Amino acid sequence: MADTWLVKINNVSKAFDDFKVLDDISVTIQKGENLVVFGQSGTGKSVLLKCIIGLLSPDIGEIFIKDKNVTKLNTKELNEVRKNIGFLFQSAALYDSMTVRENLEFPLRKHTTMTQKELDEKVFNTLELVSLENAIDKMPSELSGGMRKRVGLARSIITDPELMLYDEPTTGLDPITTKEISDLIISLQRKLNMTSIVVTHDLICAKIIADRAIFLRNGKIAFEGQIDDLTKSTDPFLINFFSDEIIKQ
Amino acid sequence: MRIPRQKYFHRPNLTQTFVAFFTTISGITVFNYEFFKQVFLPPYEFAQIKKHMDELGVKTLPIVSITGFIIGLVLAMQSYPVLQRFGATDFLPNTVALSVVRELGPVITALIFAGRVSSGIGAELGSMRVTEQIDAMEVSAINPFKYLVVTRVIATTMILPILTIYVIILAMFGGFLAVIITENMSFEYYKNAVVGAVQFGDFIPGVAKTFVFGYIVGIVGAFKGYTADGGTAGVGRASTTSVVLASLLILIFDMILVKVTLVLWPTLG
Repeated sequence: MADTWLVKINNVSKAFDDFKVLDDISVTIQKGENLVVFGQSGTGKSVLLKCIIGLLSPDIGEIFIKDKNVTKLNTKELNEVRKNIGFLFQSAALYDSMTVRENLEFPLRKHTTMTQKELDEKVFNTLELVSLENAIDKMPSELSGGMRKRVGLARSIITDPELMLYDEPTTGLDPITTKEISDLIISLQRKLNMTSIVVTHDLICAKIIADRAIFLRNGKIAFEGQIDDLTKSTDPFLINFFSDEIIKQ
Repeated sequence: MRIPRQKYFHRPNLTQTFVAFFTTISGITVFNYEFFKQVFLPPYEFAQIKKHMDELGVKTLPIVSITGFIIGLVLAMQSYPVLQRFGATDFLPNTVALSVVRELGPVITALIFAGRVSSGIGAELGSMRVTEQIDAMEVSAINPFKYLVVTRVIATTMILPILTIYVIILAMFGGFLAVIITENMSFEYYKNAVVGAVQFGDFIPGVAKTFVFGYIVGIVGAFKGYTADGGTAGVGRASTTSVVLASLLILIFDMILVKVTLVLWPTLG
């Protein structure tokens, strides 16, 4: 397994003013693996994702994607790495002045020389994967929360990325839609053979997706292992955390 | 590129006010530097520039049309009694023409443009910032500064001089309307007087400074929107402060550019 990692995070720390959000985090993600990052709100889960994609720079530490240290790359080199990464934002972050079709075409127009016919085909096929081909000419404001997440997901995977980063993909959704989105994530991951890092505090989503989980607490990794081991942990904090989650379900 | 961002304080003390002021100055300096660094580099996004010019021009056209016409009309109505006192009512077309071409046309068009466009850009980019659309562009390996900021600033810089010329022409018609109400003057006489009064040296500096005003409107709106934070309240602040800062800078730069014009063309004094 030593040579099959895709993402390696080495001793990463990040603080905002005096508040240390990430404190000496180290984790390795294997190719094709789905890693779920758990933790309470404000424990640095999204910050970790933003450090991986280069939206934030860690204060200390290194992040490797394949052989590239993203903390040392210039903008041009970083953009080359980003072309192989998909990112689903918590709010889906659809471009609200563009239709669904234009949202999906946008990255392809910028990075490929596809003809309009090829673009149409690619957009339609990708929307079909998320069962939203009928919404192709709608504006984001006409879509429900779950539909927006699906379109966001379609836009993230349209460039066939090797690595997908999900920032709370099921937050704000009802349990049925949560399960649908989680099933969709796992089926896409299998179809497209992607590696995924999923930030969540949703146990339904995590149980469907996770090959492995880490739990962040006070900026450190408090647990690393299988999701079942995490939910059965004897740590009083984790017992409390997951009992709350179960009540919510 | 890391742009220094001003922190928002509900009731800032003196130190926080100073810090916020200098953070804005350093932020806008970095923002300007980034603009000039990127404006000459590909991709040039001509389609986006054209789209913004169309939108900004069309959106602003009704309000500047009315304003231009009224400026000329009111200026002629106000100047008439004064000129009459000196028996110089024949100079009414000259007075209207020179005032509008040199100062009123460019500055008032720029201030209206700032109110309409700078706030719009601030709100639009601010909304994109707080809903993570700008981050989404960045993670898709698309340069959001180039796509969102550079295109808008070029559009505002190019469109304001065109709007100003349009306003000047409408103001002349407004002035003529006032003149035929008060004086028995033919359109031919009015037109010849206006054309005779306005020299190349009056027209060019007046319109040339609107390139600077257009740049100010675009860059201030884009800066405030691009660096917005704090949710919807932050978007509101970006929109409001864009207009205030852009209007203030237009007036300050007008003062500087008038002085520069008088140094370069002393005969205008």
